[in-house]
Amino acid sequence: MSPHEVHQGEHDATNAYQSLSETTEHDDPRWAFGTGFEDVEAEISAPVPEGTDPADLAAYCQMLGDDALIYSQRLSEWVANAPELEEEVALANTALDLLGQARVLLSRAGHVEGRGRGEDAFAYLRDQAGFRNIALAEQSDDLDFARCIARLLIFSTWRLALLHRLLGSADPVIAAVAGKGVKELTYHRDYAARWALRLGDGTEESHRRMQAGLEWAWPYVEELFRTSDEERRLVEAGVAVDPAGTREEFDAVLAQVLEQATLARPEVAPVGTIGGRSGRQGIHTERLGHVLAEMQSVAREHPGATW
Amino acid sequence: MVTGSELRVDLGARDVVARVVDPEMPMLTLDDLGVIRSVEDHDGSVVVTITPTYSGCPAIEVMRDDIRIALGEAGYRTVEVRTVFSPAWSTDWISEAGRRKLAEAGIAPPGKAPARAAGPIPLTLSAPSSQVRCPRCGAPATEEFSRFGPTACTALRRCPSCQEPFEHMKEI
Repeated sequence: MSPHEVHQGEHDATNAYQSLSETTEHDDPRWAFGTGFEDVEAEISAPVPEGTDPADLAAYCQMLGDDALIYSQRLSEWVANAPELEEEVALANTALDLLGQARVLLSRAGHVEGRGRGEDAFAYLRDQAGFRNIALAEQSDDLDFARCIARLLIFSTWRLALLHRLLGSADPVIAAVAGKGVKELTYHRDYAARWALRLGDGTEESHRRMQAGLEWAWPYVEELFRTSDEERRLVEAGVAVDPAGTREEFDAVLAQVLEQATLARPEVAPVGTIGGRSGRQGIHTERLGHVLAEMQSVAREHPGATW
Repeated sequence: MVTGSELRVDLGARDVVARVVDPEMPMLTLDDLGVIRSVEDHDGSVVVTITPTYSGCPAIEVMRDDIRIALGEAGYRTVEVRTVFSPAWSTDWISEAGRRKLAEAGIAPPGKAPARAAGPIPLTLSAPSSQVRCPRCGAPATEEFSRFGPTACTALRRCPSCQEPFEHMKEI
């Protein structure tokens, strides 16, 4: 880590464009796609907790990070497409919170892995099979607002339950992400629940569409509670929580919302696995390819670009 | 380029950092906002530790640059700005002066952050509290019309008395 030399008199504080385009690090031009978080995040470089396999920890950080990154990308599709400006701002804010969580987790994965990969390498340079997110995150809601709300309700209820249990993780980075994430996800879940209530207990048409949104998202719910081998080993080490243990809380919250919203819990079959493998093992639906094509194209077309 | 003989250190490094303003809410200093964790001055070589308000807060990079610039202008030659996430920032850390400045700028300051009880975090389905005072006319009850505002940390409200919309810094 090199401290940054400060050059006096080169900065014009009144020039907003200069402020935007220049940092004080003239020898270190800005990488166009990220910020090189690892240099400045004090917690990222904490030692791997005792009794923890670094490969497992790196994989787990990718699971939690990829869920947030890929879902954040899907949520961002609502920018300039939401029914009202307020909802657009809400969904963009939610996406931004998740992106922030993802960046820290992927930086941690890179540090623990020790092969010199930073957050950008994880986001922009991995292929489909390298991503470990759950399938719910990568689906396209086809800009149907009821689907958007159904997925946000499911995702935020589950992730809040996970992060709440991760506050005591033996890994200081995961615990720190949980500390901020719990506050953020509480807002995300309340937002989604209120919209589910408004649409479900609204007009006949809004009720029909909200129910249809739930039916669309429900096949991907089962995967949220499936425990991977890495998670099982990390639970032993006090680093991870078993996602299966969040099912009861998830069901209780969903039951509370659905009842008040006069919606029915869907009775649809979950999507299957391939020989027991799914998102956590890098097996994805073709929808992830669409997300990556959009998210990675510029970074791949201009490798190492700076400005 | 600053050389050793030109070094000019009048203000303490902590004071310099404390006066840097928040890029999104420039009525607040970083000290008002409560994001400065520590400022260590080792013979003119300064290590500043700050904490972001929200995980994805885009202002943090601008804060980092502004701190480096302010310390550079105050004569500090080497500056390192680090970020820590834990313990997570809370609006309870905004100073009394900061709350006053927010209200004067038309932004309703946050109330007390919700206490974290044991057990699962309860879902809030009821309408948001009306107990936020209008920063313009002082009416005691106002209504929230969007939980998410123009920055990550504010919600949008309107006042039924003076009819004006305003931002409210939401409690976290």
